[in-house]
Amino acid sequence: MSKPTMNWAAIDADPRFQALHRKKTTFLWGLMIISTVYYFLLPIGAAYYQDLFKIKVWGVVNVGILFALSEFVVAWTIAYVYSKKANAEFDAMAQEIINDAHKMGA
Amino acid sequence: MTKTLNKLALSAAALLASGSALAATGAVADEFKWMTFAVFGVIIAITMGITYWAAKHTHTTSEFYAAGRSVSGIQNGWAIAGDYLSAASFLGIAGLISLYGYDGFMYSVGWLVAYITVLLVIAEPCRNIGKFTMGDILAFRNEPKKVKTVAALSTITVSTFYLTAQMVGGGVLIKTLIGIDYEISVIGVGILMLAYVVFGGMKATTWVQIIKAGLLVTASILLVMFVWMPYGFSLPDYLQAVAGDTKVQAQVAKLLGDKATTMTAAELGQRFLEPGLFLKSPIDQISLGMALVLGTAGMPHILMRFFTVPTAQAARLSVIWAMAIIGGFYVLTLFLGTGAAMLVGPAKIAAVDAGGNMAGPLLAQYLGGGENSMLGNFFLAFVAAVAFATIVAVVAGLVLAAASAMAHDIYVGVIRGDHATPQEQVVAARVASVIVGIMAITVGIMAKGQNVAHLVALAFAVAASSNLPAVFLTLYWKKCNTGGIIAGMLVGAITAIALVMVSPNMTYPQAVIKAAQKVIEGEPASEAKPAVEAKPGEGFTCELFAVCKKAEPAKHAELAKPAKPGTREKLVTLQARLDAATDEAEKKTIQGDLEKVKKAHDKAEGDLKKFDGQTTSMVGLEKPFFLLKNPGLISIPLGFLAVIIGSLLYRDQRAEDMWDELYVRQNTGIHAEAASAH
Repeated sequence: MSKPTMNWAAIDADPRFQALHRKKTTFLWGLMIISTVYYFLLPIGAAYYQDLFKIKVWGVVNVGILFALSEFVVAWTIAYVYSKKANAEFDAMAQEIINDAHKMGA
Repeated sequence: MTKTLNKLALSAAALLASGSALAATGAVADEFKWMTFAVFGVIIAITMGITYWAAKHTHTTSEFYAAGRSVSGIQNGWAIAGDYLSAASFLGIAGLISLYGYDGFMYSVGWLVAYITVLLVIAEPCRNIGKFTMGDILAFRNEPKKVKTVAALSTITVSTFYLTAQMVGGGVLIKTLIGIDYEISVIGVGILMLAYVVFGGMKATTWVQIIKAGLLVTASILLVMFVWMPYGFSLPDYLQAVAGDTKVQAQVAKLLGDKATTMTAAELGQRFLEPGLFLKSPIDQISLGMALVLGTAGMPHILMRFFTVPTAQAARLSVIWAMAIIGGFYVLTLFLGTGAAMLVGPAKIAAVDAGGNMAGPLLAQYLGGGENSMLGNFFLAFVAAVAFATIVAVVAGLVLAAASAMAHDIYVGVIRGDHATPQEQVVAARVASVIVGIMAITVGIMAKGQNVAHLVALAFAVAASSNLPAVFLTLYWKKCNTGGIIAGMLVGAITAIALVMVSPNMTYPQAVIKAAQKVIEGEPASEAKPAVEAKPGEGFTCELFAVCKKAEPAKHAELAKPAKPGTREKLVTLQARLDAATDEAEKKTIQGDLEKVKKAHDKAEGDLKKFDGQTTSMVGLEKPFFLLKNPGLISIPLGFLAVIIGSLLYRDQRAEDMWDELYVRQNTGIHAEAASAH
């Protein structure tokens, strides 16, 4: 089963593909930077802001424990936000391009 | 094939049975070992049944390497969790938490965050572009023979490091748990794993991983229910009880040493919930964090899992599920670890295994009713069996990844120039699996008693410094080409390995000898010392390399300390006390102490003998030159840099011309490898 040849340059130049590319790039980099910064705050906080981490806020539960638990919540939230956006928006945009792909410049 | 399979199953069972005959002592008491073997037996029978079924559906390369791309997103999510949650994370992190509290929990976070990188930048493009291996992705717009060779080398290197750590860790673990001889454990794990991989390929491996993840999650939820329920599932009430426990407080006092003398019991307990009892160097931790966050996405056995699903959407769903399972599991380890600390006690956990690996199993035993109860031992047997399933599942995934690099990239891609018939390819895949499996068993046995802790960190560091920059830049940077990939992968891998060879992970005989002498001879009395203020270092480089003065933290004032007797002296005094004792109970405690001291003494003596006359490490260093345990901080940026410089110097018009195709395909999934019709 050989695959039909495609005019990849034409698809790439298509405004709809360009729009998908722009949207995806900004969105992914944004999420990636948020998650990386938030993650590295934990070892930095645990090493250099111990007094803050030791403050008890909920019985014996201190800022450090809540912050570590929040890392899980943030990771899950980012995953949820991405999949929501990808399922609702990116997939539909890609599908439109796929539907027209064979017509483009062939 | 069915006959051979049955034979294999029989020989595996026979091995395990003979293991019970040879069994020395382990955490499971002799009279309850049959329970562990019964649970083992059930797991082996079920997985062998699956392998038998999978073998009937595994004829093509797509079926062997990628389960016919018919694994659903949810199934793949469970399989990723099963592939990823190694015994080190299952037993090791719960152990770290039980011994060091907060720091252990903090350590677990990076293992989940790593999947954000996998989700956002790796999973979907790889599914859309790739076929069976990382080499396929890299070969898309580059010179296939060259990049496939380097990709396969890197894959095999990473897998071998990780595999050796798993084999050695697994062998030690099984010995500690049920007392089966190390060699027999390693061979048993190896044969089982080979049976899954060789006959059932990816389909059997996937189901073994799903079953293992299910068992692991079920066992953890049950244990946490038992631990947390008495506190009405209230987090503050539960942690209050942990901090209020005298065993926990004693552990903190032991860890803090002299500093603890001025602290109240409540302060000591609270300290268990605060950072700083275990992880000392923040730079090292950031370095480790980088390796985890970028290395997971470059792990060949994780990458490979994304070729098993039918679409990019399913790949996405599988990461979401994997994150839910893996993250949920690590949250549970907080309760497993602290629960073990409170109920079993850090001292007892460390007595069975210094690294704390037995925290989970001992907690299970306690919750079931303790050492002499039927239920307690059933729980322990169950957890031991889960640990065993864990090792086998992870090892199977790794062997498949290494074998695919060997057979698909090297043999079919490079040697045969992609001209092998489908039958030849499947045979090559099976032969490669056998070769990798036998190699894993051999290396596992040879590495008995070796320090392999650094191998896991090293595997992640190489994956992050070598595989990830190459995969990431070929997917997202137009100018990336063959030259960059070869340069980046070699520089990244070699830097990571070289830095670890001169890091504190290696064994330095002088330090070992000094420590052993201290154990035997004891410490002389010391005078009171005034507090010392923190001294700044001579710059950031000095924190990384032993070329100039490193910053020194502030030291508290110390009181005068009396001389500490060594084991040599202690043995004599304890023996004298034992001889003088009349009370039976007293005799028993002294006997116990005596055994502990004897053990420590023998270990120190053994170290002295082993390193007698040696002054330098494997690479000829007296002390570490690179001061971090994790090389990622340096090797990852170097890997990226080498890809960029290499690409700019090499220049390849074809790679740039094919960029449009690559970029469109990775984003849309046009022409992606389809699921086979089964």
